[in-house]
Amino acid sequence: MKYTEDHEWARAEGDAYRVGITDYAQQQLGDIVYVELPAVGDEVTAGAEAAVVESVKAAGDVKSPLTGVVTEVNAALADAPETVNDDPEGGGWFYQMRATEPAQLDALLDSDAYQKLIDALE
Amino acid sequence: MSDSSSESLRRTPLHALHLECGGKMTAFAGYHMPLHYRDGIIKEHLHTRESAGLFDASHMGQMTVRGDGDLASAAAVLEKLMPADFLSLTAGMQRYALLTNSQGGILDDLMAQRLGARFMLVVNAARKRHDFERLRGAFESGGGTVEWLERALLALQGPAAGAVLAGVVDDTNLDDFKFMQAREISVAGVDCIVSRSGYSGEDGFELSVANADAAALARRLLEDSRVQLAGLGARDSLRLEAGLCLHGSDITVATTPVEAGLNWAVAKARRPGGARAGGYPGAEIIAAQLPANTARLRVGLLPAGRAPVRAGAELLCASTAAAVGVVTSGAFSPTLRRPVAMGYVAREYADAGTMYTVVRGKRIEVAAAKLPFVAHRYHR
Repeated sequence: MKYTEDHEWARAEGDAYRVGITDYAQQQLGDIVYVELPAVGDEVTAGAEAAVVESVKAAGDVKSPLTGVVTEVNAALADAPETVNDDPEGGGWFYQMRATEPAQLDALLDSDAYQKLIDALE
Repeated sequence: MSDSSSESLRRTPLHALHLECGGKMTAFAGYHMPLHYRDGIIKEHLHTRESAGLFDASHMGQMTVRGDGDLASAAAVLEKLMPADFLSLTAGMQRYALLTNSQGGILDDLMAQRLGARFMLVVNAARKRHDFERLRGAFESGGGTVEWLERALLALQGPAAGAVLAGVVDDTNLDDFKFMQAREISVAGVDCIVSRSGYSGEDGFELSVANADAAALARRLLEDSRVQLAGLGARDSLRLEAGLCLHGSDITVATTPVEAGLNWAVAKARRPGGARAGGYPGAEIIAAQLPANTARLRVGLLPAGRAPVRAGAELLCASTAAAVGVVTSGAFSPTLRRPVAMGYVAREYADAGTMYTVVRGKRIEVAAAKLPFVAHRYHR
């Protein structure tokens, strides 16, 4: 699992990558009531908005950790957006993608580096 | 997050309790306040609807108004500022009132209660200095005095609030203590000014208490397993479900009481033909608008689907795409498990208007709806 400084994660699933937001991110957002996902086939760009997550109080952007094409989305979030709160790095995943520039993975944070980042924020 | 600037924010007497209970703190009206605690907004909201929520409302402004000799002189001055009936407000009763400007706009909304030979006012945190100066100015030429009442304010809201309070007061029969009444009573051994009212649509109480006693009183109330702390987030979603206005959003200096559907806050005695008709700022404009002669009206709004529609969203006619309104409050309703909103729409859309808005490039149908979204359950 690799992390962005904006609190998204990317994890290899076969030759694709699954993307979601971190436990820290869901804690900061609070109760999540709506998730807007990209469509299968959408091109996403590392660092650019790929999805939107809304809590009771506010909306937030979810930026893609990697550049590529969306191959699958977690449609279950439409009826159960709270899964992102309950299981952010498991069942609360957002979308799966094929990375066109896999070398971007090296620029992401490993879990130690990400832990240091959130320790500094708290 | 606002934590970096929290040093400059004011703290209520419950600040330490908020931190101890995992309050996620935010800046609100110059105060460091809990947005929610560990359980989050939705659980706190639902707990208030099902049992009882305890809210810190100490950031709100509390003032005491006294008359010169008798209270009628002070009532007369207050009636120069608000279209309310202060003269007939009897001891132990509370009323909702609006401070208006010369255009009929709403400077603030407030609760006024009469306690013996004085009035107590509770005003919005963000407007309290403004309101105090406006009252002080009005009393400069006599009639009475206004002074700050520097106290904490706790709100105990929810269907269990009556039973909870009955457990910590001497007179345990609170059945004849009705909605919009006020009493000075001892709660858990602490002198309080208690009104049976609130901002959730539920039965409940607001307890004005000396700063030094506030935290101990809150802890005592929290000993009751039916009571759970609830933050500003739940306070906002509860009042939106109840169709209650937030000043600065749903009512402002640019909206009149009639546009806001708050005609009931314009007392009969102050309307044309009433015993003391007019005589408050904007009276001619408001009188001409009564009972509903305005181009726009505040209504409830139900967006289709699950995406919340937030304040500021523009409302367009479903058939012509003409701009016909604006959302002033919008959120996810924990009770209804769907987005709800309120806002202003052109009169012809107020009853059964079909409109839409655009959120992130997507069209969302929005229907006008009756308020409240969740029925009030006051102890009348």
